[in-house]
Amino acid sequence: MSLIQEIDYGTPPSKSERQVTLTIDGTEISVPEGTSIMRAAMEMGTQIPKLCATDSLASFGSCRLCLVEIEGRAGTPASCTTPVAAGMVVHTQTERLARLRKGVMELYISDHPLDCLTCSANGDCELQDMAGAVGLREVRYGMEGSNHFAKDSDLRLPKDESNPYFTYDPSKCIVCNRCVRACEEVQGTFALTISGRGFESRVSPGMNEPFLQSECVSCGACVQACPTATLNEKSVIEIGTPEHSLVTTCAYCGVGCSFKAEMRGNTLVRMVPWKEGKANEGHSCVKGRFAYGYATHEDRITKPMIRASIEDPWREVSWSEAIDYAASEFKRIQAKYGRDAIGGITSSRCTNEETYLVQKLIRAGFGTNNVDTCARVCHSPTGYGLKMTFGTSAGTQDFASVDESDVIFVIGANPTDGHPVFGARMKKRLRQGARLIVADPRRIDLVRSPHIKADYHLPLRPGSNVAFINALAHVIVTEGLVNEAFVRERCDWAEFEAWARFIADDRHSPESVESITGVPAAEMRGAARLYATGGRAAIYYGLGVTEHSQGSTMVMGMANLAMATGNIGYRGVGVNPLRGQNNVQGSCDMGSFPHEFPGYRHVSDDSTRAVFEALWGRHLSAEPGLRIPNMLDEAVGGRFKGLYIQGEDIAQSDPDVQHVTAGLAAMECVVIQDIFMNETAKYAHVFLPGSSFLEKDGTFTNAERRINRVRKVMPPLAGYADWEVTMMLAEAFGYPMHYKHPGEIMDEIAATTPSFADVSYAKLDEMGSVQWPCNENAPLGTPIMHVGKFVRGKGQFMLTEFVETDERTSRKFPLILTTGRILAHYNVGAQTRRTPNTAWHPEDVLEIHPFDAESRGLTDGDLVAIESRVGMVTLHAKISDRMQPGVVYTTFHHPMSGANVITTDYSDWATNCPEYKVTAVQVRKTNRPSEWQERFVEHHEKSTRILESAVTEAAE
Amino acid sequence: MSSKNETLIRMANQIATFFRPYSREEAVKGIRSHIEAFWSPTMRRDLCILIAKDPDGLDAIVIEAVPCEIENHENA
Ligand code: SF4
Ligand code: SF4
Ligand code: SF4
Ligand code: FES
Repeated sequence: MSLIQEIDYGTPPSKSERQVTLTIDGTEISVPEGTSIMRAAMEMGTQIPKLCATDSLASFGSCRLCLVEIEGRAGTPASCTTPVAAGMVVHTQTERLARLRKGVMELYISDHPLDCLTCSANGDCELQDMAGAVGLREVRYGMEGSNHFAKDSDLRLPKDESNPYFTYDPSKCIVCNRCVRACEEVQGTFALTISGRGFESRVSPGMNEPFLQSECVSCGACVQACPTATLNEKSVIEIGTPEHSLVTTCAYCGVGCSFKAEMRGNTLVRMVPWKEGKANEGHSCVKGRFAYGYATHEDRITKPMIRASIEDPWREVSWSEAIDYAASEFKRIQAKYGRDAIGGITSSRCTNEETYLVQKLIRAGFGTNNVDTCARVCHSPTGYGLKMTFGTSAGTQDFASVDESDVIFVIGANPTDGHPVFGARMKKRLRQGARLIVADPRRIDLVRSPHIKADYHLPLRPGSNVAFINALAHVIVTEGLVNEAFVRERCDWAEFEAWARFIADDRHSPESVESITGVPAAEMRGAARLYATGGRAAIYYGLGVTEHSQGSTMVMGMANLAMATGNIGYRGVGVNPLRGQNNVQGSCDMGSFPHEFPGYRHVSDDSTRAVFEALWGRHLSAEPGLRIPNMLDEAVGGRFKGLYIQGEDIAQSDPDVQHVTAGLAAMECVVIQDIFMNETAKYAHVFLPGSSFLEKDGTFTNAERRINRVRKVMPPLAGYADWEVTMMLAEAFGYPMHYKHPGEIMDEIAATTPSFADVSYAKLDEMGSVQWPCNENAPLGTPIMHVGKFVRGKGQFMLTEFVETDERTSRKFPLILTTGRILAHYNVGAQTRRTPNTAWHPEDVLEIHPFDAESRGLTDGDLVAIESRVGMVTLHAKISDRMQPGVVYTTFHHPMSGANVITTDYSDWATNCPEYKVTAVQVRKTNRPSEWQERFVEHHEKSTRILESAVTEAAE
Repeated sequence: MSSKNETLIRMANQIATFFRPYSREEAVKGIRSHIEAFWSPTMRRDLCILIAKDPDGLDAIVIEAVPCEIENHENA
């Protein structure tokens, strides 16, 4: 294995279809029109020296190192800014050019410290490379002149080490501007500027602030672009440069960015975004790029543990003892209470292969369909709603599609925080002029960010989504904006007519629902017109859509809108969920729901069952099993007794924590497989140590249905990858499985699941990644779905009546609490809290509008009690006009905040996805933590005790 | 926290509410197939017991839609 080296072509590729032929150094080459001479040369393998150019950025032409000679043209133009022309004859290396380049290099080097041997970028520095490339042998100007590096120089600026992950050393800066441009062009944050003039100029974040205090979101794009050690990863400074690398996939969010895990031995030196990765094309966010330290954190549990009662301390045992204990308990429970008294939960953080195995163990081994996934709590309405209308449970586009959108409609999502790399891509398109509609109770960053201003920000009252989407549809139907040709050809016309009659009723008009949505009717009309007539219009949505009692209805409402306007089935349009966790899509695809086999086929479907029965050798139940909330209800009721949970933390991620913990506490055997002692483990009897994404092979499927490889770069800390642990449990339970590698599990998935028929590790190695459906009809995968025809045949319009949630405000609970997430943290925060990302978000806070704060006598930073009908927690208040009056907001990244102590158990009518986004609360000043939080601390200590280990047997 | 029966009633009524804009015939069909597709046998059985013993609070159309006689009692 060696370090994967990616070619830097110097300038981005041209998208032109027209080819141009020219001659470079005597060789003829054809490239797309608009290509730079530099890129054309690199395509034939000739590297023209360069410093300010890199192919992720538009060319800039400042360093003058890339000069070439062109026959018939005077002077020596820069090859990075000069496009090719037909018949052009270029020379990249002449005596004159060599002399000029040496001169340029001399100037650079005379203001650069010559401490290469001890420099952290030694061997990974383009300045060093270029000095070699141009044959620099001496620096005539001497190193004594005015410079930025000498200890006593007035121009020398201190190192900025404020960012937890990278340093900025101004003494090494060559002012190539790559970082500034990366921050603008790639990330769109515009955090950096060049301050000062001429020789004094230097890069500076914001108004000469330290990085940490600036607008910088620590995406790493500038570090990636910097050709020198000026911006350098702290991990490289500490460990040294890496020696080998493997391509793998970020385990944080549903964007599914590809990274090169750059290693020194078994030590991860850094994660570098991979240019070939289709989801991110070389970009990254702070989580995937830097916040991987949790994977080797000292809190990792590496020894299996058991205990007879959750009152007991944990006892470390051997793998075989833990596995045998778990299996025998499950068998005992089934013998005593029946087959359906146990079940399991798959993880949207684990791989597709692992998820597949867990549901296989439960359906075939345990003999019950009691398997569910935590995707239930986020995107199950997506699956239901899109399946009903379009025929498939997935987003319609690839990420790149947004590059062709004219109107971007963001509903209940916060892409710059939740899905940062896609957010950056979206912002790029918006800076190019696409129009923007944001429907969100909160003024998210996207509404107003550098060079972007939403055409409409519609601050909906939480819980009014369906009234809102119906109002938009009403405008489209009654103002004659329906794309009738599309609807006639692609949808069921009779259903459309029924829908159009329904939606045209005056009760759906913007004027009628103004008082429900809180958005002025004229704004809703304007947004509807823009969506229907602004060109290619794409909907992107998140948990603000799904986590409502009408989540599924809302998904169908958006699908109706897209069908009515013909915004489906080609590039630039579509209806797209932004998935939370990395493998939410995959875990749903892999048969994690109690009513569905892999590939979304109902358990009552005889032919599908026959396929699995033949392969798995067991009779399979044709009845749907229990969903998570129902499992917990049944547990409280005494009928459900055992649960195998792989890589999820339902005691923290599911709503109404007290109900969840009551259910867990009522069970006789809870088996947790995780990398950390999580909240749920406090109620568990068996703890099986999990493996991080760095410790196993497999695949994740991102929000655009892209199957990406996860590659093992270090051995599992506890001895086994998660799929191996499931196999051991299956074997002990009496249902042995025989896979030698996750690739074999994927082969089984392909053999049983039509939409995966052509997927294999060999194909993934060859193509890098592939979007399902991937089968004989689409051997290279499917970037855009529903082209020419909906998966279900005709698109189905659904009637979507608005129904107010049962969770209402009252005199006692006058405010609506809604929840969300922020950039630095991920989901319940188990990983990110164990990284320096806490520098940006040390605790969850309650955002409250100045008006609501004032009427309660609150000032910024006050400790406040937030009380709902089910519970109370305390947080610090942050006064913010991002919220509308009447609505308060928090995140749930820290377990102590217990945001879910106060959320109710109301849920989506179709899928039971919990209604996280609407809770009626009261807020008041307090001076002490809530009772729940005090008990939490006490219980935390008690329930995580581990007995001084008697057994120290290594993993056998 | 709601009791199990309250939860079942609420879930069933929510499904009925979704289908309200449809014709009675379509709604009955929709509710029935939804409950058959997504509810486990134990949940359906509990709902049937409710319908038999204490149907107050349940939307009338749920009672019409849920076929209680064909429930299997195998997983008691
Ligand atoms: S890390 Fe990202 S946001 Fe911060 S300055 Fe660099 S490019 Fe800009
Ligand atoms: S910090 Fe690096 S990328 Fe930025 S101008 Fe200086 S040398 Fe160039
Ligand atoms: S955008 Fe998501 S997948 Fe990409 S690096 Fe960030 S957290 Fe990872
Ligand atoms: S690389 Fe062309 S001018 Fe710098």
